[in-house]
Amino acid sequence: MKRAFVSLVRRDVALAVQVGGGGGMAVFFFFVTVALLPLGIGPNLNLLGQIAPGLLWVALLLSSLLTLDRLFQADFEDGTLDVLSMATLPLELTVVAKVLSHWLTTGLPLVVAAPFLGLLLNLSGDQFLPLVSAMLIGTPALSLMGAVGAALTVSVRRGGLLASLLVIPFYIPVLIFGVAAASSNVMPAVSTQAIALLGAVTLMSFVVGPWAAAAALRANLKT
Amino acid sequence: MNPMSHLTLTQRFHAFANPARFMALSDKLIAPFGFVTALLIGAGLWYALFNSPADYQQGESVRIMYVHVPSAWLGMMGYMIMAGASLVALVFRHPLADVCAKSAAPIGAAFCFLALVTGSLWGKPMWGTWWEWDARLTSMLILLFLYLGYIALWSTIEEPQRAGRAAAILALVGSINVPIVHYSVVWWNTLHQPASVFRADGPTIASSMLVPLLLMALGFTLFFMTLLMVRMRAEILRRRVRALQLALSEV
Repeated sequence: MKRAFVSLVRRDVALAVQVGGGGGMAVFFFFVTVALLPLGIGPNLNLLGQIAPGLLWVALLLSSLLTLDRLFQADFEDGTLDVLSMATLPLELTVVAKVLSHWLTTGLPLVVAAPFLGLLLNLSGDQFLPLVSAMLIGTPALSLMGAVGAALTVSVRRGGLLASLLVIPFYIPVLIFGVAAASSNVMPAVSTQAIALLGAVTLMSFVVGPWAAAAALRANLKT
Repeated sequence: MNPMSHLTLTQRFHAFANPARFMALSDKLIAPFGFVTALLIGAGLWYALFNSPADYQQGESVRIMYVHVPSAWLGMMGYMIMAGASLVALVFRHPLADVCAKSAAPIGAAFCFLALVTGSLWGKPMWGTWWEWDARLTSMLILLFLYLGYIALWSTIEEPQRAGRAAAILALVGSINVPIVHYSVVWWNTLHQPASVFRADGPTIASSMLVPLLLMALGFTLFFMTLLMVRMRAEILRRRVRALQLALSEV
């Protein structure tokens, strides 16, 4: 079971890296969005520095939404998912493996890119560490809840947009706590509190996400 | 004698799962429900518009509250009905629960929308702005998003059985997440905004205002139930038509 899990993660990561359209595109989108925002708001560095954590988080959420259809779509279309659903590995763990590889190829690169984009937005020096740690803790929740949306819409043609609409409300706590962790450098206690709550949200989505996504996949596989 | 009195509780549960029985029962119930609804809302509106005092601070615009508060309650109750029915549909495969969850969603969304619009109309003269990023307003807006996502999921998956299961899972995940989202918004709001804009505790409501409010709330609830029955009947008929069409196309 452990071997099946590991090889599934390895396969998905390899597919994402080799076939492309994965993390690289998401990071590129992240970069473009962040570059677009000052063009809309104006080049005022003081203002940008003030709203930088929020801008970075929103751009990160949007970029990770873009890649949701990669989670199950291709495997559903070519029948791999049917085979996986009959394997000894429970479908819930299959979902966890796919979420893990999704996070490794999307969430993690986005988090790595975030501080560099922070430089563009005049993010103040003492906010880098809280922001990046909040993102490290929060992004798994994005992949986990995103998996539910992706699984629900897997049989819908071009379901990416619908999946985004379904999961955006569930991303709100991540956004709120993530921004609070970084922007409250006035009160360090609030920052730690926000990071703890962010961890709670991630753990909660780890409980709910795989189970719901697996149930949704089963509903969609049954024809 | 009650024809169902010899049945056990579980058997009764299943007896009501029979769509034909539901159709017969709802056929008899809709007219009286509609009548009482009209009576209650009529009386409530009369009290609300003509026979209740204007608020000493808010003036006449307090009367918006008699529509606003019941709408907000029903907007939330609609989600609870939807989530409860979804749970029953998933666990017991109760054929009517599925229909009930689907039919409740647009009604709940409409009440949610009504609450937001009336709140906005009230907010312009009171707070001087159409929209305030207050925790309750924001939560209500997010609830509306959840409704719309649920409705969108139903409409994109064609086959009712598959759509029903997917939508039920979404409603349940939503019901687990609603408290988390709500409290995160409350927390966000207290971080960003001093609560001074809103009176922390308004005067406890006078009985001259409570009577119309309760009448309206009861009337709105019955209105919700009546609409739910009408929509459920329409949905059952729609599925029958669909089944007949499928059968015809196979001939």
